[in-house]
Amino acid sequence: MTDAELAELVKSTLIKVAPDLEGEVFAADKVFREQFEVDSMDLLNFFIALHQATGIDIPERDYGKLETLSGCVAYLKAKGYEQ
Amino acid sequence: MIEFRMPSLGADMDAGTLVEWLKKPGDPVRRGDIIAVVETQKGAIEIEVFDDGVLDATLAKPGEKVPVGHVIATIRRIDEAPGRAGGAPLATVEPAKAAPAATTPKEAAPLSRPEIPTLHSAVTPAARRRAAELGIDLTAIKPGSDGVVGLEQVEAVKRPGPERGPAGISFEEMRKAIAAAMAKSHREIPHYYVSSMIDVSPLIAWLEAENARRLVPARLLYAVPLIRALALALAKTPELNGHYIDERFVPAEHVNMGIAIAMRGGGLIAPAICKVETLSMDLLMDKLRDLVARVRGGRLRSSELSEGTVTFSNLGEETADEVLPLIYPPQVAIIGCGKIAERPWVSEGKVIVRRTLTVSVAGDHRVNDGRRAAQFLSRLEQLLRSPATL
Repeated sequence: MTDAELAELVKSTLIKVAPDLEGEVFAADKVFREQFEVDSMDLLNFFIALHQATGIDIPERDYGKLETLSGCVAYLKAKGYEQ
Repeated sequence: MIEFRMPSLGADMDAGTLVEWLKKPGDPVRRGDIIAVVETQKGAIEIEVFDDGVLDATLAKPGEKVPVGHVIATIRRIDEAPGRAGGAPLATVEPAKAAPAATTPKEAAPLSRPEIPTLHSAVTPAARRRAAELGIDLTAIKPGSDGVVGLEQVEAVKRPGPERGPAGISFEEMRKAIAAAMAKSHREIPHYYVSSMIDVSPLIAWLEAENARRLVPARLLYAVPLIRALALALAKTPELNGHYIDERFVPAEHVNMGIAIAMRGGGLIAPAICKVETLSMDLLMDKLRDLVARVRGGRLRSSELSEGTVTFSNLGEETADEVLPLIYPPQVAIIGCGKIAERPWVSEGKVIVRRTLTVSVAGDHRVNDGRRAAQFLSRLEQLLRSPATL
């Protein structure tokens, strides 16, 4: 998967748990919490959806790496996600 | 015959617009069934019935704006013959629901004000759900040639303007609702405030260990054990849990905790989770997730807006240290939590770093004193010291 495809996957996953973000422009390095006013519940639902979409187990200590679009893409690559 | 009235869904509501009937005359109804959808300043709300029987007649039409307390339907008791009006004594609407509307000084305001968008056309349930998902205001959709708004008409409408929230709620209307409730609170309730900084390191350590054992979908937010501890402490402090109605305090039997949930873009709603003290943490997590989802993009039920006995306002991660909230009338207390952060803490004469949380209680001085809230906080602190036993 290319970086762009991974970014699309991350975006669509976040929109799935927060449908009102449909059509929003994602900044690469801005944390979701600030950019979209998402809260702990949205983020947990996002991690669940990302886990379900990729099969990757995401330990709680890694949550901090998944706060931005670029961070998520880097994380999925580092985990060897290739589908 | 039972008269079913437009319920008051909080101190801030004086009327609601009937959107649709979900039952028709002749249909059997049971306590807790959703019989109608009503548009309010807090969005479309599912209205539940309080009695068992058969829906006899619907007296309000879709699109009609009805003041709180007015009869919108009649329900026949099971043993009542059709069309025999007045056979049984009239059931009155539950006092907790009628009282705020009857006593609010706002009732002098003309009810015909265009506060709530009025719907004139029929809307299919699927279209209503889709419009809520898309954040589209139903009043902005042109019906099809048959006069009905269906999925096709909803899909044809572009994204909503920024003044609309995700569930089609007008931020301006929601701000008015918050203003009405909080002005009443500030005007009528003599608030006192008591707060404690609590060491929640044991709670967080327990939660991290617990979540490490669980797969992502089964993990808990820290709000869950916190809400559980609050509920247990409240159950032991009944003076903070209930309603102030007709100049006296009516304690509640269960802890129905309103959870303040923010809308993206502004505004908040505090729907209640009922009987919190009886729920396991996993069940509580499910209920919380469902509630947040429905605040942001779905529909709340009338009981969730009218049966709260106390409110919890949690600022959450990466916010501020402390919050001093206003009580939501006719409740008599609200609990506020700031963010959890590492802070200096003194233990056995040494300064150490601990994760702490400041919990504030606003109480109604007409009902009790700060001493009661202090007792509650000390019970909470004890419970949070051994999270495994929660």
